[in-house]
Amino acid sequence: MSLFIVNILDGLVTGLLLFMLCSGLTLIFSMMGVLNFAHASFYMLGAYFGYQISTYVGFWPGLILAPIIVGVIGAAIERYGLRRVHQYGHVPELIFTFGLALLIEEVVQFFWGKSQMAFEAPAALKFAAFSIAGNAFPAYKVFMIFIAIGVFLVLLYILTKTRIGMIIQAALSYPETVQNLGHNVPLIFMGVFGVGTAMAAIAGVIAGPVLGTFPGMAVLLGSIVFVTIVIGGLGSLWGALLASLLIGWLQTFAAAYNLRMADLLTAIGLTEPADLAQSLLSDLWTLTLPQVGPILPYLLMIIVLALRPQGLFGKRET
Amino acid sequence: MSLQGQQSIGTKTPLIPIRKVLPWLIACGFLLLLPQVFPSGAGLTIMNQMAITIVFALAYNMLLGQAGMLSFGHAVYMGLGGFFCMHLLNQVEYNQLYLPLPLLPLFGGLFGLIFAFLIGSFSTRRAGTVFAMISLGVGELIAACSIIIVVFFGGEEGVSGDRTMGPQVFGFDFASQLEVYYLTAIWLVLAALGMYLFSRTPMGRIANAVRDNEERAEFLGYSQRNVRWISFCASGFFCGIAGALFAINFEILTEENLNLATSGSILLITFLGGVGFFVGPVIGAVVFTLLQTVLSLYTEIWQLYLGILFVLTVMFFPSGLTGLIAMHFRPWNLSKVGLLIRPYAKIAGPALVLLFSAIAIMEILFHARHSSIGSEEMNLFGMTINSHSPVPLIIAVGLLLISFFVVRKLAPGLLDAWQDANHQERET
Repeated sequence: MSLFIVNILDGLVTGLLLFMLCSGLTLIFSMMGVLNFAHASFYMLGAYFGYQISTYVGFWPGLILAPIIVGVIGAAIERYGLRRVHQYGHVPELIFTFGLALLIEEVVQFFWGKSQMAFEAPAALKFAAFSIAGNAFPAYKVFMIFIAIGVFLVLLYILTKTRIGMIIQAALSYPETVQNLGHNVPLIFMGVFGVGTAMAAIAGVIAGPVLGTFPGMAVLLGSIVFVTIVIGGLGSLWGALLASLLIGWLQTFAAAYNLRMADLLTAIGLTEPADLAQSLLSDLWTLTLPQVGPILPYLLMIIVLALRPQGLFGKRET
Repeated sequence: MSLQGQQSIGTKTPLIPIRKVLPWLIACGFLLLLPQVFPSGAGLTIMNQMAITIVFALAYNMLLGQAGMLSFGHAVYMGLGGFFCMHLLNQVEYNQLYLPLPLLPLFGGLFGLIFAFLIGSFSTRRAGTVFAMISLGVGELIAACSIIIVVFFGGEEGVSGDRTMGPQVFGFDFASQLEVYYLTAIWLVLAALGMYLFSRTPMGRIANAVRDNEERAEFLGYSQRNVRWISFCASGFFCGIAGALFAINFEILTEENLNLATSGSILLITFLGGVGFFVGPVIGAVVFTLLQTVLSLYTEIWQLYLGILFVLTVMFFPSGLTGLIAMHFRPWNLSKVGLLIRPYAKIAGPALVLLFSAIAIMEILFHARHSSIGSEEMNLFGMTINSHSPVPLIIAVGLLLISFFVVRKLAPGLLDAWQDANHQERET
């Protein structure tokens, strides 16, 4: 039972981290209709900037400064890159962000090399917050949970309760009308893109010390992020939240419980073949749950798309 | 008007116009002669690799260029075709299956087709972003499976085999690189011709229609989903052929043949070449393979250059390299290319300085950051310089700024000349 609770908490950390990426991506998607393939790359940039700043002035200024820098870079890319490609249509836009993802990975390797950076959690948070039946839960993970929830609440407040949030929501559905009312819609797009990338960067700074800061971190998370928002329903913020948590728990539990396929097959009355090494089904018998873990999100995506093509919360059919 | 229409129906064009056949004949002759020019083993290996990439890129462009579908997981169909062929080769070797090697690509293609049929049944429901995301998910799923399903994918070391164990065909056992080259070249021509003819069928035309306006195509009575599905299957077939050729050439397939990096590079190749033209992917594949082989000899950061080139292409030349060449057809037809020579010559010098100074800055910075401690000397364009002293960097930045300024200054002149060259005077 105690292991169960620890896994629930660990899955929550992973899920909320995923959600910080997914929320920005969803916001950008529902506004501009373009999926930002490079979103996870901004997350990586956040981690690297956070690391670089932390070597000079410590972790906390990095947590503030890195997202601002990445947000400005993101806004600039929207202004001078994406807006230019926009005229060619959605597919070239997607190709552009894909090229951007490649480029950012190369640029990161150009400056920081291929090896992992020694990005450490701040000393102030290096203690066990509490322990459940002997399993210590680090304070840093509690901090991650609070940051993620805090960012989400701020975002929700801005989007639903403030004037600027109303304009953004209106610009989502009727950009021309909002433009005619005298609002600068391109500026709003640029701002949303900047804020979205800045949120990815916050996720990067707080995840960097835990998941490692290395050039492959964007690719590692990138495709999971896309799978998540497809499962949640493209353009739905609540769907993204649910799907993020679902995938976070799925991955954590798959890694924690060493269920063996052989046990399952014997339980339903099959006998293990004697010459397992020669058998064509040997993989089926030796399969374990932690092995299958990495492919579960993709399987889930295919199941969801087959049963409910618009995703869990999506309004449009995908 | 109606009379004119009838006339144009009445005048029969020859079934196979010579103007259309000529490029194919030239290409065939070229393929025959190439091994005489580059007879070395390395040359043959590069040419084989190029041929495989061309087939793969052309098959990819059947989707991206002709049907407007962007796939992020297309390596899967080539890879699965290749894995399947590797197993067939092993069957030939160990279980006396009778299968002449030249027919192997056909089976690879069939396997690619079957798999594309299955995946396409749910992924082609929508085009655009959604299709792209599903293709990415499926691609990642298969790539992740390749480590788990050891029987079929061989785990981390992959599946390897021996192509020479089959029955001899006209006395060839395909042990030498040259024989494999000719086999690959024949299949390259067959596959390219097949894809070209497919793009000319009513089916290929409807795929274009669905790409441009799916709703309108639907109103004309064509199911956009089925059109996309059929395009997807056809593309899967030719990807499978490319996979089989890969299996024959390299005799090993690993997880690398399935993963996102391979899928991404084929997108890069096709787009750099130009998606709007049939020959675009061919040019892209040739240029990319050459760049890869040559650049990686000279610099460690060639992938960075490639990334920059790709992003700039998407931003400024969305029709790719072939589009850049095709732009000059109109001035050529108006016989006004002469107008462009002078401005091109004027801007070429500063543009080259701009390019090389940018490269110099990146190389110096990279060397300064990543060279081993104590080695401060580096070789740049044949000069030996100290990457840790600021002088070379300052010179490079200075050159960059000056040449950038000059190019900016000359650009309007070039643009005017371009307008002139494309402008047809009204005939009096």
